[in-house]
Amino acid sequence: MAALEQSSRVAAAPRRERPTPQVPVVELRHVTKRYEGGDVGLDDCSLAISRGEFVFIVGHSGSGKSTLMRLLMKETEPTEGIVRVAGRDLRDIGRRKVPYYRRNIGMVFQDFKLLPNRTVYDNVAYALQVTGSSRREIRTKVPDILRLTGLSTKLHNYPDQLSGGEQQRVAIARAFVNHPPLLLADEPTGNLDPETSIGIMQLLYRINRTGSTVIVATHDVAMVDKMRRRVIELQRGRVVRDQAAARYSGGEPNTAELGAILKEHLEL
Amino acid sequence: MKLGFFLKEALRSMRRNPIPSFAAMASVLVTLLVLGVFIPVVQATTGAANEVRDKVALEVYLKPDVTDAQIQRVRDRLVNETEHVESVRFVSKEEAYKRESKRNPEAYELLGSNPLPDSFRITPDDPDNIQAIRNALAPMTPSGERTVVDPAIDEVKNRKEETDKILTATHVVKLAMGVLCGLLIVASALLVSNTIRLSLFSRRREVEVMKLVGATDSFIRWPFVLEGVILGCLGGVLAILLLAVGKIAFVDPLAEDFALISAPETMSLPLLALLLMLAAIVVSALGSGLSLRRFLKV
Ligand SMILES: Nc1ncnc2c1ncn2[C@@H]1O[C@H](COP(=O)(O)OP(=O)(O)OP(=O)(O)O)[C@@H](O)[C@H]1O
Ligand SMILES: [Mg+2]
Repeated sequence: MAALEQSSRVAAAPRRERPTPQVPVVELRHVTKRYEGGDVGLDDCSLAISRGEFVFIVGHSGSGKSTLMRLLMKETEPTEGIVRVAGRDLRDIGRRKVPYYRRNIGMVFQDFKLLPNRTVYDNVAYALQVTGSSRREIRTKVPDILRLTGLSTKLHNYPDQLSGGEQQRVAIARAFVNHPPLLLADEPTGNLDPETSIGIMQLLYRINRTGSTVIVATHDVAMVDKMRRRVIELQRGRVVRDQAAARYSGGEPNTAELGAILKEHLEL
Repeated sequence: MKLGFFLKEALRSMRRNPIPSFAAMASVLVTLLVLGVFIPVVQATTGAANEVRDKVALEVYLKPDVTDAQIQRVRDRLVNETEHVESVRFVSKEEAYKRESKRNPEAYELLGSNPLPDSFRITPDDPDNIQAIRNALAPMTPSGERTVVDPAIDEVKNRKEETDKILTATHVVKLAMGVLCGLLIVASALLVSNTIRLSLFSRRREVEVMKLVGATDSFIRWPFVLEGVILGCLGGVLAILLLAVGKIAFVDPLAEDFALISAPETMSLPLLALLLMLAAIVVSALGSGLSLRRFLKV
């Protein structure tokens, strides 16, 4: 975790402009997702998340957290309702444009989804290579993010030579190496001991501080309580609680404001 | 930069998936070996069939008491006025007697004298035209009998049964070889593309992840296609080397003894090698590119 503390690079990066609260980064309107077998992933789910927010999605296993993430990645299509990201209806994104859309989203998958034939370094570099980044850019950005996630000593290991927690951190590094404006983390602390979990959460928090919107799906109640951020609870695909918790630091948007914005959007 | 990157990706995946890569290369190799042996065999066989067909001939028997002038007249007619004639050879009584008595000495000894007439042996330009020549020299009368166009000609004959047998047999051989060759090529294409599809199938998760990380279809496809090209090349080169070694070690020494093997119409080895190589590369590159399409729909 020393590595995490060391690098103030991400935290010190210039703040992005304050959000225009009228356009939420993520907006779901009456979204229902039924899978082919008849399982309900999401059931008439509506929510809005503003730019720069840090949001926890909680709920029992099978409550639809990953389904929500998958919809945002345009990995599946909603059965009903509208999903908007940065004001754009995802249905309007054609098949050929999907890769370019996904490059704006960093996603930490619940099952990591690392590329088995690539080293830690190359896994993270791949996210830059797909965007056509120059070799120089890759050579500076990748070691940076790996230092930040405490993986500097594992650069040349393949995923099957890493512990679960290490794999998880590679997944986080890959998701964030592009500095995406929207970061989705599905169960990012699922395989980690409490201490490492705190490290990961601090990392996510730092990422959030640079202006990225961060959405974390988790079962980790202790973590959510400690972090005191906005919490959206799902139950069988429905939103049963949407609560702005205590303020964290002065620079963050006022939770009361957020609540107002939220209501505005939910009542539309 | 891009090509270099794709090439490196292709090499990496071969290094990290040696067994599927080896299977793909081996299927190309085996296929090419079989084709490389079979294609010359087909060519040699059809060549041999054609040679047999060339032995088909028409006999024009002359009357027993023809004069030299009459013989000359018939020869002129055959050479200059008859269509489809490739070549004409005069077989004199004496020559015919010598040949036949050698084949059947006792019978001819009993005879004592020479009963055989002078004759012309006509080789047609194409064996299938033999009947046309016969009709030209000995047209049918309305009553079903044959007349002759020249009074010096006694009879125009081909060994009908033999000719028919040879013609149908060679037709069948050629057809069978063609069908077999077609089947073999189809089977080869299926084998190679299936091997490629299987090896891709084991990597569909990887392709899925690449798409989720924001890779475009072509960014994912090129390394796979290059990998196909490289494996196809490797298999092709190995197959051609083995074929060359086989030809030099086994076929060439035998060729001196067996006419069939050195039949004139077999393709030259370099041309065959070039064709096989091209086929290997096209099939494996197309195979990987097309098989991938299904997995790109994420
Ligand atoms: N690909 C799929 N096909 C069919 N049903 C699915 C699929 N993915 C999820 N489901 C169903 O949708 C429901 C919600 O699943 P989801 O993965 O969103 O839950 P989750 O909240 O992420 O659970 P967990 O906390 O265990 O990860 C479940 O009942 C599940 O069975
Ligand atoms: Mg899940």
